[in-house]
Amino acid sequence: MTFARRFSRIVLYALLILLSVSYLLPIYLMLVTGLKPFAEVNLQTMWQLPNRIAFDNFLEAFDKLWPHLRNSLFMVLPAALISSMIGSVNGYIFSKWKFRGADLIFTLILFGMFIPYQSILIPLVQFMQFIHLRGTLPGLILVHIIYGIPITSLIFRNYYAQISTEILEAGRIDGAGLIGLYRWIMFPLSIPGFVVVLIWQFTQAYNDFLFAVILTNTAQWPVTVALNNMAGSQIVQWNVQMAGALLAALPTLLVYILLGRFFVRGLMAGALKG
Amino acid sequence: MSAISDRNVPSGLPPSDRSRPHAPRQGRRLAFTIDRILSVLIVLPSILAISIFVYGFIAWSVRVSLSAWTKGLIPNYTYSGLTRYIELLSDRRFGIDMRNTAIFTSLFLVVCLIVGLLLAILLDQRLKGEGFFRSIFLFPMALSFIVTGVAWRWLMNPATGTRISGLNLLFDQLGLDFLISRWHTTPPPWGIAFVVIPAVWQMSGFTMAMYLAGLRGISDDLREAARVDGANEFQLYRYIILPQLQSVTLSAVIVLGHTSLKIFDLIVAISQNDIKLDVPAVYMWRTTFDGSNYSRGAAIGIVMLITVAVLIVPYLISSMRSQEAKL
Repeated sequence: MTFARRFSRIVLYALLILLSVSYLLPIYLMLVTGLKPFAEVNLQTMWQLPNRIAFDNFLEAFDKLWPHLRNSLFMVLPAALISSMIGSVNGYIFSKWKFRGADLIFTLILFGMFIPYQSILIPLVQFMQFIHLRGTLPGLILVHIIYGIPITSLIFRNYYAQISTEILEAGRIDGAGLIGLYRWIMFPLSIPGFVVVLIWQFTQAYNDFLFAVILTNTAQWPVTVALNNMAGSQIVQWNVQMAGALLAALPTLLVYILLGRFFVRGLMAGALKG
Repeated sequence: MSAISDRNVPSGLPPSDRSRPHAPRQGRRLAFTIDRILSVLIVLPSILAISIFVYGFIAWSVRVSLSAWTKGLIPNYTYSGLTRYIELLSDRRFGIDMRNTAIFTSLFLVVCLIVGLLLAILLDQRLKGEGFFRSIFLFPMALSFIVTGVAWRWLMNPATGTRISGLNLLFDQLGLDFLISRWHTTPPPWGIAFVVIPAVWQMSGFTMAMYLAGLRGISDDLREAARVDGANEFQLYRYIILPQLQSVTLSAVIVLGHTSLKIFDLIVAISQNDIKLDVPAVYMWRTTFDGSNYSRGAAIGIVMLITVAVLIVPYLISSMRSQEAKL
């Protein structure tokens, strides 16, 4: 390795480390703030490491956010599960059983994932009131499932498009019909697709703020709404807000750390590539 | 012709021609027809749901925007034409919103693309620990905009003197005083430009991942050939690699563009009702659900939809065309 090459390597790593540090700054601040005892919380020393580890801030934030964290999890799990089931069958049909006009219909469905929800919000609220689901978690779950149809169908359709049609042909010759082919061939091959979609819908529904703030009341607030409310309050100190933000981020962060590979795949699927 | 699409079948024959000899004709046909009907029936609920919840509701929003429902919770559908839209044209707050959206979206797009591309090129140098760095740049994607907003509101705290905190404090302690800023509280119109920082922090990893995937798709032979021809690293990227990343840039612009045109939660969390940082999505929310001016809210929603549609519809159509061309 020449000197110039070695030098450019050092510069490259230095640059990457510098960038990484700046990307981690917000998390660092949330973490050290959260781990300080109340006595050590001080704006002047906010960047310093704690002298003594304590969980005061996390405990107080947890106290305030726990009911809402629970709401979030109760809402997100069924939403993600049902969404991915629907996405899977839709993806199967739209990739392997294209009826006349299927591509046009699919494109019309896809449009639904790009719209600003402000353009459907008023009718949505009226409708949810009409069916008596406004202000309930099942109502919020239903909304996440319906507006999740475009993206979940897209991810599954692209995933199934990679599965060779010859396997299905073979299955057909053996006498399997549309449902049999799905049940015995496609579904067993779908596990990675399901992981991607489950993670994607989990993150989307968990991180949502707009639907939640409009369709739920204080008691059913998911954690995003509760956190925003806490941050706007004059009574709750900044240190508790920081700890709360980290707490609220924890479920999706854990999913990302444990299953990052699949998370990125869902991310890329959102970028279409018809 | 078979309903099962034969994209992956190399043979030139349509699949039905190949499967025909295996089964008695009549029985297969019948089963096949049933399957075809079944295939439509299975996606029908989704199609219906989207027709109602997307298209039906959009139509209904248009109707509300043309009504006189400006006060109270009781709907008033008296037709009042384009009044709401005309009012928006001279609405000061909506003017601020449009200016903020324009500044935010253009800056966000440019900075996010540059940072994403830069990160991708840095990571494309056959590094040790590439996966580690990649995860660090991507993790903010997993957070909600509310979490990002709450954290960055404290990082971008504009207080001075003894109340100095956040990044300003850090810069002060590191001797980088020239970087101290009023951040998002900078007087209009540039306050909104600082909200681009947390937005880029959150989304640049995504742009990086897209570019990285694009870079990995370029063959090593091509790079080698360029190097053999005497291109240096800069020329290699400038003339060989960047031109091949155009389609990635387009996809990134679509995703980032529609995200930023409807940016909502991040603004809510950072601005906490400061009208100087207002955007249409927040105005729509406030005027509808706090001000009970439903028809104005609906009009704002429809204007937002049109802005996004201008960006998305051509892309969706070309996407559909290329999908059909593949079959």
